[in-house]
Amino acid sequence: MKRTDIENLETKLLLDAIYKRYGYDFSHYATASLKRRIEHFLNESNHDKITETIPRLLYDEVFFEELIQTLSITVTEMFRDPFVYRAIRGKIIPTLKDLPFLKIWHAGCATGEEVYSMAILLKEAGIFKNFHIYATDFNNHALERAREGIYPLKNARISTVNYQKSDGETSFSDYYQSKYDSVIMNRDLKKNITFANHNLVTDSVFGEMNFIICRNVMIYFDKILQERVFHLFNDSLSIGGFLCIGSKESLQFSEVYDNFEEVARKERIYRKIR
Amino acid sequence: MSKKNGYKAVVVGVSAGGMDALPRILKPLPKNFPLPIIIVQHTHPSGDDGFFVRYLNQRCKLEVIEATENQPIEDGKVYLAPADRHLLIEQDRLLALSTASKVNHSRPSIDVLFESAADAYDSGLIGIILTGATSDGAKGMKKIDDCGGITIAQNPETAKAPAMPKAAIEACEIDYVLPLENIPEELLKLTRKVIFTSSLNQGDIS
Ligand SMILES: C[S@@+](CC[C@H](N)C(=O)[O-])C[C@H]1O[C@@H](n2cnc3c(N)ncnc32)[C@H](O)[C@@H]1O
Repeated sequence: MKRTDIENLETKLLLDAIYKRYGYDFSHYATASLKRRIEHFLNESNHDKITETIPRLLYDEVFFEELIQTLSITVTEMFRDPFVYRAIRGKIIPTLKDLPFLKIWHAGCATGEEVYSMAILLKEAGIFKNFHIYATDFNNHALERAREGIYPLKNARISTVNYQKSDGETSFSDYYQSKYDSVIMNRDLKKNITFANHNLVTDSVFGEMNFIICRNVMIYFDKILQERVFHLFNDSLSIGGFLCIGSKESLQFSEVYDNFEEVARKERIYRKIR
Repeated sequence: MSKKNGYKAVVVGVSAGGMDALPRILKPLPKNFPLPIIIVQHTHPSGDDGFFVRYLNQRCKLEVIEATENQPIEDGKVYLAPADRHLLIEQDRLLALSTASKVNHSRPSIDVLFESAADAYDSGLIGIILTGATSDGAKGMKKIDDCGGITIAQNPETAKAPAMPKAAIEACEIDYVLPLENIPEELLKLTRKVIFTSSLNQGDIS
């Protein structure tokens, strides 16, 4: 057996172990990325071989959380891809504005930057109450950071630039307090947000949504898992609701595609019409 | 199409100077070139509007496409990493994208492509490193070499930015160090048998 084949076998054993022990199923994740993350985890935890980590993972839940932390790629930004937020401002909010109550699901929210961006956007559109944002992820560590809403000051510059490019109405600095080398998002932004653990692989619909945003999450899934998640979103959206996915992802090959119309191609915004 | 020599794919990493270098490598390759060519060019300043794909298509015979996630890799096509995403190759020879942190200050990173490609293609891979001002790709070239693939570096003396091929040459034993204009020729030689068999069916070989 070649070294690569042995490593592949080890990866299988690892994924099988964490599935059976913790219920986290990575079997339909793109393996090349996973492999890089696992190598990174080995370096950080001072292990040589993948299978060496299995005994400890089985008994040590904190160690397992560290693995999840490493396996999930949580890189994100405020108003990431500002052109998408511009389209949300221009094409989605005006349509949703008049609903009696607006429910938004942010799936795979990572450390929450996009969620606060959305809260800012709603505020600027004059939507102060009668809405709720459900922000979910399967990474508890990231969710905790999202709940706190405290980010490194060094990211503030890019946040500000993105905010402006998204057609922001005031100044991004109106929405946070800076303290030492951190920015602390204003409390009032959090009022209508619930951060919760939800695993797109194993958990199901938890409410009827008017707008679902899931960007740069499915890019790590194979076709089978993507299809499952598209069905989940299709079942969760009310008619007339919107779906926004990552700008390198595509709904086009899904069975549920026919239920949607394209609202903005480059921004990957779709509307459920049936 | 039989591939007697066993090469299955070509990966190319290029940075500063790529606008000029890439067409010079791709242009001489015939339409029936038997392998896929998968390229990381460090993000082009013009960004995400498909400019670079159009630019290359106007200059070479092979079809150039921007890589998308879960896309099957086809022989004779050129795949270009999109701006701001890592490009990887899955074991089952599908393209994959990732938004993970930059590697060697770059996204896409050449190392990320090369290392995953070496996992997928093992000794059936040809890795090419061209002009560039960083050292991205050196680790990837070493891995290709370790797996038994072929490594080609542009001769640093002929490169607009020599650092990248230099770093690769220091990292491992490169099989061919060549000036740009000799690289397509070498590629054709390496894949000659394949071209010959397929040209019997298609009847056009340049
Ligand atoms: C790259 S981040 C995307 C963050 C943000 N949406 C953006 O585009 O900037 C991917 C997130 O998806 C989460 N994720 C991955 N698999 C998941 C799953 N099965 N269920 C829920 N979240 C998942 C990861 O924990 C990570 O926080």
